[in-house]
Amino acid sequence: MSIEDIQNEIIDEFSMFEDWEERYQYMIDLGKDLPLIDDQYKTDSNIIKGCQSKVWVHAEMKDNKIVFTADSDAIITKGIIAILIRTFSNQQPKDIIEAETDFIDDIGLKEHLSPTRANGLVSMIRQLKMYAIAYQTQLN
Amino acid sequence: MFNVNDIRKDFPILSRKVNGKPLVYFDNAATSQTPQQVIGGIVDYYSNHNANIHRGVHTLSQEATDLYEQARQKIQVHFNAKFSHEIIFTSGTTHGINLVANGFSSLLKKGDEIIVSALEHHSNIVPWQMLCERTGATLKVIPMNDEGELVMTEFDIMLSENTKLIFVNHVSNALGTVNSIEYIIEKAHQVGAAVLIDGAQSSPHIKADVQKLNVDFYVASAHKMCGPTGVGVLYGKEEWLKKLPPYQGGGEMIAEVTFEKTTYAELPHKFEAGTPNICGGIAFGAAIDYMNAIGFEVIANYENELLEYATEELLKIEGLKIYGTSKHKTSVISFNLEGIHPYDVGTILDKLGIAVRTGHHCAQPIMDYFKIPGTVRASFSFYNTKAEIDTLVEGVKKAKMMLS
Repeated sequence: MSIEDIQNEIIDEFSMFEDWEERYQYMIDLGKDLPLIDDQYKTDSNIIKGCQSKVWVHAEMKDNKIVFTADSDAIITKGIIAILIRTFSNQQPKDIIEAETDFIDDIGLKEHLSPTRANGLVSMIRQLKMYAIAYQTQLN
Repeated sequence: MFNVNDIRKDFPILSRKVNGKPLVYFDNAATSQTPQQVIGGIVDYYSNHNANIHRGVHTLSQEATDLYEQARQKIQVHFNAKFSHEIIFTSGTTHGINLVANGFSSLLKKGDEIIVSALEHHSNIVPWQMLCERTGATLKVIPMNDEGELVMTEFDIMLSENTKLIFVNHVSNALGTVNSIEYIIEKAHQVGAAVLIDGAQSSPHIKADVQKLNVDFYVASAHKMCGPTGVGVLYGKEEWLKKLPPYQGGGEMIAEVTFEKTTYAELPHKFEAGTPNICGGIAFGAAIDYMNAIGFEVIANYENELLEYATEELLKIEGLKIYGTSKHKTSVISFNLEGIHPYDVGTILDKLGIAVRTGHHCAQPIMDYFKIPGTVRASFSFYNTKAEIDTLVEGVKKAKMMLS
């Protein structure tokens, strides 16, 4: 599935919820389901460190596609990174680099987009795209 | 007679909604809200008196200067400083601390010691580390116990003739602990050390008498005392302020400038280079007037009531732990739910219109001590109500339910 298709699928899922509570409960559940990152990758170099919670992201290349794994010490953050991983994992670096991320708005998580939240969506997306750029450079 | 409902009418922001819910503002330790009386003063200043101060011959400049200097005197009276020139306007607590730290660069040498406490926030740690790097002095830390209180017997041991400076907050921002600053000041003076008290967290609750305390330096921020952001105060004993070199060069702080040599202005202007936050200073004075009209004792009594009620109600929630359990506290409750990250709790509370602080409160060493990533901090002011605390308790229960 393309990144755009996955994003549309996520938007569809979130559109079923009537209020913030259901949306957040869903995100919390997504966080609980997130495949945990292998402990050996929970290192300081893999951390997106902010004032609020910690996020670890690991990326590896499999069949020319990037596979992301991640974890966070906060469950809502984990839910957010779970959504991003679902969107960007198993995709080619080029597609990840070019992907739009407007869908975040559509699923009602805009408040997490604030650039001052150092560990918020913006820095997570940036980190995932950085990995993609790095792998793309290797492919060239 | 104190009536919280009347008080609340002074604060327009308290009637707004957040995420569709009535705002419950419990982040007062970060910044307090501003009453109409102070906001009105700001509007009046810019509408009628705005001009640069201390250098204009025209009427507006004179009016602005008078208002600004009146505010300085109000602050002098409030903190009971001996002279108004011992009151230096700063941009806030951090600026005041840096001013003193910078000044001591020329007074310290290798082998000298500086003492801070384990309860400090970053603003009262980093400037001293920088000072130590510049001078070769060493930094010692008064440890704390599980209640979040400083261990004074350890302080007694580390104090020596080598101690030149001690920097302690009056009240911990992360835990609310009120420190025994009277004891620290007295002991420090016995070995000839100077003491700076960080009053950022205490000044909204406790009226400090700098002469009675016999403290050498005291810093505070207006925005935690119902005033605007970007302005604060450094009190310094005259003898110390004369000893310290100027912090920044520029206009206002000079007596005479030639390209060969500059002589510095008298206190307080020596430390007030450039055009200050004139309106902010005036509004700071108005904020102090506002709080004094209610009365600090009345404020402290009411806030204690809120603290006791909130402590009691929050502890009814299973798995909730409060950090900082000193008998001497201001109205700050730092807590966590077992197995749940403070960020998650804070996020859910925000959705319910409740503003709390989450994280390490810029006091990472305290969090390291308790081996936690941070806490949820609810801090109360005199305009908060018990009904709002009930809303918080319900919110925390809901967060617990959603996140468990």
